[in-house]
Amino acid sequence: MSAPPPDSSGFQPELATAGAPAAGRLLGGGASAGVLPDWAPYGVVAAALAFCAIVLGALGIFTVALMLVFGALLAVAGIYAWSRAVEGARRAKDRAITMAIVVAFGVAMAPLISLLYEVVRRGIPGLSAEFFTEDARGKIGGGGAEHAIVGTLIITAVAVVISVPVGLMAAIYMNEYGTGKLRRALTFFVDVMTGIPSIVAGLFAYALFELFFGPGIRMGVMGSIALSVLMIPIVIRASEEVLKIVPNHLREASYALGTPKWKTITKVVLPTAFAGLVTGVMIATARIIGETAPLLVTTGVVDSLNTNPFSGRMQNLAVYAFNEYRSPGIHKTASYDRAWAAALTLIAIVVILNVIARLVYRRYKTEIR
Amino acid sequence: MSRARWLAVIASAAILALGVAACGGSSESTSSSGGKTESESGGAPSAEVSGEIAGAGSTAQQAAQEAWIAELENANGGATISYDPVGSGGGREQFISGGVAYGASDTPLSETEGELAKAVKRCGPGELVEVPNYISPIAIIYNVPGVEELNLDSETLAKIFNQEIKEWNDPAIAKDNPGVELPSTRIVPVNRSDKSGTTENFTDYLSKVAPNVWTHEVSGEWPVKGGEAANGTSGVVEAVTAGEGTIGYADASQAGELGVAKIKVGSTWAEPSPEAAAKVLELSKEDPELEGGNKYVTAFEIDRKTESSGTYPIILVSSLIGCTKYKSVEEAALVKAYFEYAVSPEGQELAAEQAGSAPLTEALRKKVMPAVEAIEG
Amino acid sequence: MSSVDTTTNAGQLLAAASGGRRRRGDRIFSNTAVIAAVTILALLAGVAIFLLSEGWPGLTASASELPGGKTFIEYVAPLAFGTVLAGALATVIAVPLAVAVALFITHIAPARLALALGFLVDLLAAIPSIIYGLWGIFVLGPAAVPAMKWLEAKLGFIPIFEGPASTTGRTMLVVGVVLAVMILPIVSAIAREAFAQTPRKLQEGAQALGATRWEMIRMTVLPFGKSSVISGAMLGLGRALGETMAVTIILSVSGAVSFNLISQANPSTIAANIALNFPDSSGIKINALIATGLVLFAITLVTNFIARAIIARSNVQ
Repeated sequence: MSAPPPDSSGFQPELATAGAPAAGRLLGGGASAGVLPDWAPYGVVAAALAFCAIVLGALGIFTVALMLVFGALLAVAGIYAWSRAVEGARRAKDRAITMAIVVAFGVAMAPLISLLYEVVRRGIPGLSAEFFTEDARGKIGGGGAEHAIVGTLIITAVAVVISVPVGLMAAIYMNEYGTGKLRRALTFFVDVMTGIPSIVAGLFAYALFELFFGPGIRMGVMGSIALSVLMIPIVIRASEEVLKIVPNHLREASYALGTPKWKTITKVVLPTAFAGLVTGVMIATARIIGETAPLLVTTGVVDSLNTNPFSGRMQNLAVYAFNEYRSPGIHKTASYDRAWAAALTLIAIVVILNVIARLVYRRYKTEIR
Repeated sequence: MSRARWLAVIASAAILALGVAACGGSSESTSSSGGKTESESGGAPSAEVSGEIAGAGSTAQQAAQEAWIAELENANGGATISYDPVGSGGGREQFISGGVAYGASDTPLSETEGELAKAVKRCGPGELVEVPNYISPIAIIYNVPGVEELNLDSETLAKIFNQEIKEWNDPAIAKDNPGVELPSTRIVPVNRSDKSGTTENFTDYLSKVAPNVWTHEVSGEWPVKGGEAANGTSGVVEAVTAGEGTIGYADASQAGELGVAKIKVGSTWAEPSPEAAAKVLELSKEDPELEGGNKYVTAFEIDRKTESSGTYPIILVSSLIGCTKYKSVEEAALVKAYFEYAVSPEGQELAAEQAGSAPLTEALRKKVMPAVEAIEG
Repeated sequence: MSSVDTTTNAGQLLAAASGGRRRRGDRIFSNTAVIAAVTILALLAGVAIFLLSEGWPGLTASASELPGGKTFIEYVAPLAFGTVLAGALATVIAVPLAVAVALFITHIAPARLALALGFLVDLLAAIPSIIYGLWGIFVLGPAAVPAMKWLEAKLGFIPIFEGPASTTGRTMLVVGVVLAVMILPIVSAIAREAFAQTPRKLQEGAQALGATRWEMIRMTVLPFGKSSVISGAMLGLGRALGETMAVTIILSVSGAVSFNLISQANPSTIAANIALNFPDSSGIKINALIATGLVLFAITLVTNFIARAIIARSNVQ
């Protein structure tokens, strides 16, 4: 990611003075050279919240949610009014929109943080050493989830191994080679593919394996195939987007030096897009690692550990969590605890994968000027 | 530089693979020692069986099946059974196609879609086995603040779920609940949004006891539009708990803290209990059409209109489906051992403990045992 | 910037590559790419054949064989309506917020905070849909009940808030918000990627001309990222349209066709309907369910067409 542009609070005074003549036409008549103090945005927010708290309290309808809603609106309006009076219309608009973006960011993050908090809070009681080191074979109403954890890792890994090469090569085809019919067909059909409901992907994988292995077949790799159907279009879409952004002058420079096209792609285009590609693959992996519906009909349910994706049923965390939630039996709390613990574990796995991707991104990010 | 990038990718892939392998390595030992013989309750049959079989079907039976499987695997280290709660329809379909060794269904195989004939064919040259193994009373749960007890006769119940009675203080409800202060709250009937055996059994009850009000077709899909709908038993229970003025139907074992309405049976008010549920099945007649002349198929036409005291006719009866002959004797022996354990008093007791089902009565057990014994294991 | 090392690489390659080898290498590489492309088409053809062959009996089934004694069109229409409604609602809520999140991370937050936030948002894209479902039913639904009652009382004259407000919170509005929360990280991750790649010289040029930060964003970052935002929104919409687990867990479905977002009577969605009815169905009803999957396909196709058209037009300008 690019470093954010210079912070406006440090940059603007200069602009207000040095840039004033050049920008005079844009600024119009109402320009004034005043500048709000650095603490202005924070001050406005604090004042707006306090004001709303007092008014709501006086009306006897105080809740934190209402205070935040009205406070945010008031703060945006407040900073606009103040800045307009001191700094002029353009700066006021900038400040108001900046604050609106921050507020929108807060609105967007609130549910996500609430969700993380709930999963951690409800997931911890179900965690234990046993949860990670034992399967559920022969254990009435309990046992661990090792079989599900291992199953999730294997099924996802196989799906990634299938999807990434195919998806990446297809994206390269579409962006670097594709002309005419095949390319248009591919663009069109990748769009179609993103619309496959996850359960249909599962049913398709089942039907495919049923052809070769007869009815009732259940294998880990079936789940991987179903997940690949979902994952490939995401990999293509994300990769295509990143490859498109690689500036043409890089390619042209390479061609000018006589480099063959395939080497241009592998040595220039892909390295430039590398960080974005990794992010794309991570999004795709993350998107499928918690899929439930397609695995319900392909990998089967079993309480023992199985490490061979090509033989026998294989449990996974998402299905495990779903089953524990759906059919808790009499001992509801214990079952729900396990469901949430499985959810937490799933998120933890994703965090680890994300950390790896992030490190790769940091190490190899490329800035395009 | 660019080589280093790809090395990094390979390295991270390798780390992932190693992680998987490490988990796998450590676990092989667990799986081989997985069949710990820590069978304290000692309920499982003593004859040693082994091999691997799979079953599929009813979600209602899931908790019970899990418990039976755990016990059986404890007693038989070499046996692995897996049960896939795909739903009754899926269970029947997979059994017929030969995908699983046994199925479990909330509704018996019937001729309407030719399933019975297909199942008989699947078992040839052996015989089809179908035995009820799981009875669960369905409770009418409600959440109306201040109302501790509630009596609803069949007509009223049907009208409530048909959205003809709209408020809790309706005279039709009040007449059966003298002394109860009913609020004017709007009634919110809650039904299952997924297709289920519970819905089918409940609507079957309504159409039998209140045929004038409940004119909808009996089916696993809820026929009335505009009500509150929730996914699965747990969903219905949560919706009833979360809402106000709500009423729904769910496995009695899941009712928890909610109010449970009494329904009219004969001249008395009955509430769900394991005994009352099991007794209904004992009073019910076998249905020759559903049995189709197969000697090892036991299917009942549940006596919803029973008037005997001590019964509770809103019940769900789920059955195990298997064959007398399998490809190998080993497989047959495992199916037999499993069926035997599931219907045994110990197995039924375990299901009652874990899933809250109603144990089969001794008389019923005697009725189904010949079919289980007929499996050639 | 990497052009320094990439150009030196290219220079070395020039020295190394002979004409014949180059052509062979090119052929192998481009063939691999074509094979990948064809693999995908084959895979999709497989899915299509499966859907058509399994769905056909359902499409052509008579009304008496289908659930509720309706023709297939009557059966699928309310579901299609619900699917589009839920997807549109989610997209309308999520896209502006996602753009704001992306702008905040790339252009407003301090660099170090931005890195952490980007990480957090990526992480949230990975939360399994079943967890969103559980969160919706246990946390958001109950919390939304008073808000929906307020909407009914104050804004009840608008048809979408007509009520009567649900007392359990299992409404289309809540589903829309949950779906929006689900797709927000996806949309914002893609938008962020594009915003961060906006050429610095454009941004600096704008500021050098005296533009404020917002003017700079409006004149350089947003136009540059527009096609990515639309593309991300479509990816998000695709997920919302096909989302199964969260909708089945949360939504109170009753087959109603209504824009009323806050009542207990909501239309179901195609994906949720498949998940709800598939397990306990058999025979021709399964074919009918798979046929509804085909309809979902068609819906996704149409939305993608529209998106492509928008992108194409904006690129021309």
